[in-house]
Amino acid sequence: MRDVRLLAAAFDPGAEVDGFTAAHPEAGGVAAFVGKVRPTDGCEALELSHYEPLTLSGMEALADEALARFDLMGILLAHRFGVLSPGEPIVLAAAAARHRRSAIEAVDFAMDHLKSDAWFWKREKRADGWHWIEPRPQDHADLARWK
Amino acid sequence: MAVKFVFLGRLADLAGTHEFELTEADGEFDWTDLLAWLEVWSSPDLAAAVAGEKVRIAVNGALLGDKKALSAMDGDEVAFLPPVSGG
Repeated sequence: MRDVRLLAAAFDPGAEVDGFTAAHPEAGGVAAFVGKVRPTDGCEALELSHYEPLTLSGMEALADEALARFDLMGILLAHRFGVLSPGEPIVLAAAAARHRRSAIEAVDFAMDHLKSDAWFWKREKRADGWHWIEPRPQDHADLARWK
Repeated sequence: MAVKFVFLGRLADLAGTHEFELTEADGEFDWTDLLAWLEVWSSPDLAAAVAGEKVRIAVNGALLGDKKALSAMDGDEVAFLPPVSGG
């Protein structure tokens, strides 16, 4: 099962993982990662913008790549856009597999690509206004792990 | 003749808008036309940012391999995509 979603409103990652797990009764394990807005560094809000014609199709292609690369039964990628508050979930990546390593690696793979290769632009609001978040060298290093 | 331009990320700040519909273009709109128009419509800063090597262009949702090969026609949507944020 491939479930890829762009979400405009807050979501409940725990409920999504429960539903995803229930949809894969034959799996030996489910791995999940939830990314949240870091409630530190003076960040008051995070805004994620996307470009509809590219962002969702890019996430779908990423899910397909993970399904082809790892021995999975299903993958779930859910990503928020809009203005988020510190502590709010931004992203959920979950994978179901016969064996744990495939599921864990698929989630790691999906997150590295969602972070630095998906069509999202982020800016954060601090005390002195909005600041765009630029790519970091670490993001490219993370991606290079999978080349 | 109308071409819709979409500015993403910090390019929207430079352009002062997220979207703009250009209605006075005449026929095909290419890379040279684009840079000339951006300079006049907005600023040399926006034209320089769009010309920067890290900014990609998509026409109707398809990324251009070489943005200098841009050719936009009536009804097209042209998006300017700066590097995505890491995090």
